[in-house]
Amino acid sequence: MANFNGIAASEGIAVAKVFKLEEPNLTVKSDQVTDVEAEIIQFEAAIKKTVAELEKIKEKAKMSLGEANALIFDAHINMVTDPELKGQTIEKIRTDSMNAAFAFDGVANQFIAMFEGMDNAYFRERAADIKDVKKRLLSHLLGVALNDPSLIDEAVIVVAHDLTPSDTAGLNRQFVKGFVTNIGGRTSHSAIMARSLEIPAIVGMGAILEEATDGEQVILDGLTGTVILNPTVEQIKLYEEKRVDFEAMKKALQQLKDQPTMTCDGQQVELVANVGTPEDAKGAVAHGAEGIGLYRTEFLYMDRSELPTEEEQFVAYKAVLEAMQGKPVVVRTLDIGGDKALPYLQLPHEINPFLGYRAIRVCLDRQPLFNTQLRALLRASVYGKLCVMFPMIATLDEFKAAKQALLEAKAELLAEGVPVADDIQIGMMVEIPSAAIFADQFAKEVDFFSIGTNDLIQYAMAADRMSEKVAYLYQPYHPSILRLIKMVIDAAHQAGKWTGMCGEMAGDALAIPLLLGLGLDEFSMSATSILAARKQISHLSKKEMANLANEALNMQTMEEVVALVKNTATTF
Amino acid sequence: MEKKFTIIDEMGLHARPATVLVNTAGRFAAEIALNYNGKSVNLKSIMGVMSLGVPHNAEIVITAEGDDAAEALAALEASLTVQDLAKA
Repeated sequence: MANFNGIAASEGIAVAKVFKLEEPNLTVKSDQVTDVEAEIIQFEAAIKKTVAELEKIKEKAKMSLGEANALIFDAHINMVTDPELKGQTIEKIRTDSMNAAFAFDGVANQFIAMFEGMDNAYFRERAADIKDVKKRLLSHLLGVALNDPSLIDEAVIVVAHDLTPSDTAGLNRQFVKGFVTNIGGRTSHSAIMARSLEIPAIVGMGAILEEATDGEQVILDGLTGTVILNPTVEQIKLYEEKRVDFEAMKKALQQLKDQPTMTCDGQQVELVANVGTPEDAKGAVAHGAEGIGLYRTEFLYMDRSELPTEEEQFVAYKAVLEAMQGKPVVVRTLDIGGDKALPYLQLPHEINPFLGYRAIRVCLDRQPLFNTQLRALLRASVYGKLCVMFPMIATLDEFKAAKQALLEAKAELLAEGVPVADDIQIGMMVEIPSAAIFADQFAKEVDFFSIGTNDLIQYAMAADRMSEKVAYLYQPYHPSILRLIKMVIDAAHQAGKWTGMCGEMAGDALAIPLLLGLGLDEFSMSATSILAARKQISHLSKKEMANLANEALNMQTMEEVVALVKNTATTF
Repeated sequence: MEKKFTIIDEMGLHARPATVLVNTAGRFAAEIALNYNGKSVNLKSIMGVMSLGVPHNAEIVITAEGDDAAEALAALEASLTVQDLAKA
């Protein structure tokens, strides 16, 4: 038995077996074989096993990612059975009496080098497909098991160094009861995804991957950030009870599901959800969301080899709007770049991507890409209440250009006889300090603001939120950040507009009293936080929180603010 | 037998349509080759086809030799045009 602590990233408790997700050791050594024909038979058997495995993955991908995305596995199957790859390998085995693994590795590497040397970026990236196929075939030749999360078929807790957004999206909720990673923080993508998948997760564990053994029991307490490897029978029993209690508490909150969000002095605010897929939108309704405050459209663009078509996007947007049954849905236009790359867009490699070519900067530069998304959104607008929001706006000119692109797309559609709703609200994210400081001017042009605190904090503090060395500067409750937020809310209210917040802060029990006091109108958070936030707000007085916020704005450190909130606003 | 095509897909002859093409070629006994830029590869090999890196607007020639060469060429042409990948 051994205890470890990390950052609690998604609440809940799970007890299951460890499933380690790590790069396997597939080093091959040169070897002379005596029975060449037997070696060839072994090679062909490995090809068969690889094909069977790929077929299985393809079927699963069809269900989880859709028919079109599953086609890439057909290409992989073709590569494994490729006459050139196979022929050259068999030739080497035969003429040089070489072992199959070494022969195949050499031939595959030649192809990889050839693809990597191509001029066209698309074909260069196909080298990754051959590497993937090589890894799979070698694992069968060498008899090394590849831990593929898409093949999980029993209850497990995934243990990994880190999980990419696509890893997390590929996890099967039916079997994956939670995950634990060596690196990451509360706002890293894996953490955000865990909350939307509603599975407990702990991140920033240090070296848990090295400590854990495949198949052993593990307890994951996503409420405290504790992981217990190889627990005792008593511990398992204790945590089973905790899990049951947690589920019961969640059930009690369910009674607030269809209630409005009201402070104890009768002021109403809106609690809405952050979602990434139409599927999440259904979950949001189940958790009492009064709308969607942030629909992250980039998931439509990820895990594929080309841009989604207008039709594909239209289907997704329509599904989200319909799922919300007339409740407002704030859709953020494509926000890529930064830590979210799309290989097929061939974005330039930058030393400082968070300050580089990303989000609206890409969209304004690549009009066809932007136009396709805007058309799909506008076509879907007749199926619900659509609000469009542009990310990473730094200047008024950018907002005007983005709005102009939207109006042009609308005119195009109307000229084609396609109906478009006429009550679409157009707003922007406030995540760049210049936008917050200039909010009074922006307020004349927008219908609403949505404050993206994750980026606003990192840009205001000049501290990368992924860098553990400067994590101490990620200070959501710092008076300077609260002042920026206040500037935005006040500017909006003076112009008769509303302000929402879609960063992690909006769902944080310590921040909610302050945000309520600053006058925030809409709080957008992980769907699973909504009911607890509604309960919390029902105990708070907006008038008292306004006084609390005023006091906080004039404090000197984040610690003072935290102490103030803890002492006055969370004791009930 | 041979037939000439121009690639009209903006991404060139990329993985997905190349897979369909290779699968189509694989159904025939004829020896089928893809010629581009002075190089010739086996059209039944995805590695071969992709290694050519055929871009948008490229002119390609497909050759087929064997009993079912005519059927093979017709099927490949159908596959290229139906995917909006190339025009004759």
